[in-house]
Amino acid sequence: MASMKFIINLILIALLSFVSGLFLPNWVIAPVAFVVTLLIPLKPLAAFLSGFFALFLVWGGLAMAANAANDGILATRIANLFQLNGSAAALILVTALVGGLMGGGGALTASFLQKPR
Amino acid sequence: MRFVPFLLTLLLTAGLVVALNTRWGGLQKKPRLAAFLSPQEGFWQNAEPVGKNFNARIGLAGLQGKGEVYFDRYLIPHVFAASETDACYIQGYLHARFRLWQMEFQSFAAAGRLSEVLGPGDNDDYVKYDRSMRRLGMVEAAKAALGAIARDSIVQQDCDAYTAGVNAFIRQLDRASLPLEYKLLDYRPEPWTNLKTALFVKYMAYDLAGSDDDFGMTNARSVFSKADFAKLFPVIPDSLDPIIPRGTRFPPPGVVPKIPGTADSLYFSATGTVTDIELKPEKSNGSNNWAVSGKKTLSGRPILCNDPHLSTNLPSIWYQMQIHTPDYNVSGVSFPGAPYIVIGFNDSCAWGITNSGRDVRDYYSIRFKDDSRQEYWLNGKWRPVTAERVDTIRILGRAPLYDTVVSTVFGPVMFDPTFTGFSDLPSTRSYAVRWKAADSSDELLTFHYLQGIRNYDGYRAAISSFSAPGQNFAFADKAGQIAIWQQGQFPAKWKGQGMFVMPGEDSSYMWQGMIPNEENPHMLLDSGQDRGFVSSANQEATDTSYPYFGGADYPIYRGLTINRRLSAMNSITPADMMRLQTDDFDVFAQMAQPILLGHIREAELDDAEKAYLNTFKLWKFRNEPDEQGPTIFHVWWNHFEHDIFDDEYSKTSLAVQRPNESTLLEALLRDTSWSFVDNVDTKNRETLTDIVTLAFHQSVPDLAQAGQDGRLNWGKFKDTWARHLLRLPALSRTHLLIGGGSRCINAAKQFHGPSWRMIVQLTDRTEAYGIYPGGQSGNPGSPYYDNFVDRWVAGQYLPVWIMGAEDRSDPRVKWTMHFSSSAPAE
Repeated sequence: MASMKFIINLILIALLSFVSGLFLPNWVIAPVAFVVTLLIPLKPLAAFLSGFFALFLVWGGLAMAANAANDGILATRIANLFQLNGSAAALILVTALVGGLMGGGGALTASFLQKPR
Repeated sequence: MRFVPFLLTLLLTAGLVVALNTRWGGLQKKPRLAAFLSPQEGFWQNAEPVGKNFNARIGLAGLQGKGEVYFDRYLIPHVFAASETDACYIQGYLHARFRLWQMEFQSFAAAGRLSEVLGPGDNDDYVKYDRSMRRLGMVEAAKAALGAIARDSIVQQDCDAYTAGVNAFIRQLDRASLPLEYKLLDYRPEPWTNLKTALFVKYMAYDLAGSDDDFGMTNARSVFSKADFAKLFPVIPDSLDPIIPRGTRFPPPGVVPKIPGTADSLYFSATGTVTDIELKPEKSNGSNNWAVSGKKTLSGRPILCNDPHLSTNLPSIWYQMQIHTPDYNVSGVSFPGAPYIVIGFNDSCAWGITNSGRDVRDYYSIRFKDDSRQEYWLNGKWRPVTAERVDTIRILGRAPLYDTVVSTVFGPVMFDPTFTGFSDLPSTRSYAVRWKAADSSDELLTFHYLQGIRNYDGYRAAISSFSAPGQNFAFADKAGQIAIWQQGQFPAKWKGQGMFVMPGEDSSYMWQGMIPNEENPHMLLDSGQDRGFVSSANQEATDTSYPYFGGADYPIYRGLTINRRLSAMNSITPADMMRLQTDDFDVFAQMAQPILLGHIREAELDDAEKAYLNTFKLWKFRNEPDEQGPTIFHVWWNHFEHDIFDDEYSKTSLAVQRPNESTLLEALLRDTSWSFVDNVDTKNRETLTDIVTLAFHQSVPDLAQAGQDGRLNWGKFKDTWARHLLRLPALSRTHLLIGGGSRCINAAKQFHGPSWRMIVQLTDRTEAYGIYPGGQSGNPGSPYYDNFVDRWVAGQYLPVWIMGAEDRSDPRVKWTMHFSSSAPAE
């Protein structure tokens, strides 16, 4: 049951983040993870992991797809600019991590609002 | 479990702080990390899918008819428009669609607004740059140009349409679709205006006619004796092969400027010096162009070639296109930022341009009554300044700078105690600047007309209004005529006028008039009884029999090589022209070699040194990328020149003008015991042999180091780049293995070179080739960002496809954009 909630929470965050990201600025993912976790409460660690992986997958997946379609042209240049040695993979990982941290942070914050059981 | 939120918060914060504080690529301003990385709005959105479909239907309100744009596989647009104004509308849209950030950034640079976007820069260099551009009067000049444009109703209409096209694209941009550089620097585009177009045109005027050596020459005059000065700055180099052949007879001048009575005492013999340091455009902004008549070609028809030498930037300064209207069918390259084709050809004629390099920027020393700078001394009394304005220079991350600029009868005050340019020394002096390009003029009118010219008379009429920057317009047509005109409004100067800072207390030093257009240097070849070619490569246009003072420092060697080669060539084909345009021969090295080899004491050299010398001896003066000879010559001559002149020049801390590269060589070819050879810091009298040998010894450690670094081959040593406008290596194409150099026809230097190579054979069906070091897209995330670069490096060309209306279903058409006044926006 707990793992089911976790999966639903994660999928909802991922879906809603993606959809709101089409219209709203990037930081919308934090409130999305926050609201979803208020509605489908999880314990702090689970909440963070759910928010983190939801956005890690969405941002990482979108970046990976964009990179594949682009044959890595831009990611290589930006990865050089970021002193990542021209590694597109590293840049995708950084992107996924930044998204993940914002999502995880949003969800984690919501989890602290619950009454401890 | 308290430590978990604590640890996470800590990690999160620390990670973000670290990331946000990295100065990527040295940029002052950093993007907001999350916004930049977000795949839904950040840079990933600029990662253009390879094979992207560019088909679109685009609505441009007020478009007169329907317009179609057919893109070929290189993303070169072939525009079919119902009128010229419609074509400008579509051109504005296309420029913005593919080059928006570059166009706007260049207009910011023109207007002195770099600090606003980039911050003050190291050593406040961007602030100094901005103040220099503002004080020179770039914004006022652009506003004056708008006045001139308004008088030419066609150009006004075309500029309005162009601006509307740019804005139609800007309006549909959102966070996600902004060009990459806006995301990187975190700002947004402003609406485009005709003023920005005018600013861009004035930026080109600055780039090509904003150079002068007045301060360095003033110091040279005051530091050196008259005899030494004459040796360092001869009136005309011996080996000059001018644009108009030597011995041409010129009619008596229509304007004879009167030399001021005090010129000898207050000007030529004055001893004032200048510590202020000017902003100057790249010294080697130049170009080659030539046209050969049918008697020298295999086809029997003229061939015209042009390669303008500008900064090899990414995105490129050029955007290639074809424009078809009911009135004409023109192909070539355009400037993102302005309407029309600038260099190109239509169904009857071809034209190409090079810079005249004439000196049209002069300085006057101004004596102000007091520090308020409200009155200055002129013709024996105090006069009020003619204008005063306060420029607001916005600086990213800092309070704005308010710069008060006053004007005099000569022009705006460029330097005063509050602004010494790029000099760190304080100065109490003030200098006003007179710059031809600051006058009201409409250069766009020339390009409007050139697009539709049908013959020589049309070409003459088209270029007659061109004022600044003065250019050498080469011309060829299908009727077989070829011609060249050096066109611009050039001040008729008395001999020596404007070489030095002039006295600003006496209005008789002002420019007295402009050289009449018909007296500008020109050649028309149409008889078959002539040499069969015209050419220019930024050398002085005429020999000393031309009745007007030329007054500048011109490069001579490319022109010399071009004229020799064209004289010798016959049955020329476009392929021959490709070889000529990419020729790496250095005639200067050939002329200098006997001086070096004739005066080196070989017995003194050890084995390692002899190895370098042998490589140099075997070198055939071709600056090929895999040759070591050019590197050895470059390093050796550089040391040699310093050894010759540094002893004299180090006697002062002033920035003193150095002689032209031809001066030392020609002096030594005449006289190996030239007085500057001796090192004045020693008791001995050094001979040429001493200095040549010394310079060689000094070169060897440099060459050994270059060898260790794997940079001894010329291509590596010279290190040519196609460099992003923000100078970020990550967005540039670095270390391009291309030969040539500043004195070769293939004038590829480090960040500068042939920015567009074009060859047009005017056969019944025009045959044309072109290439530039960039790509049609300005987006670093596009495969079309730099896809021409490797071909350019290899000296290859792309055939220019002149698409006809009947070719709409030709397989070369890859994508189509349909424009109409009603279609929904893209």
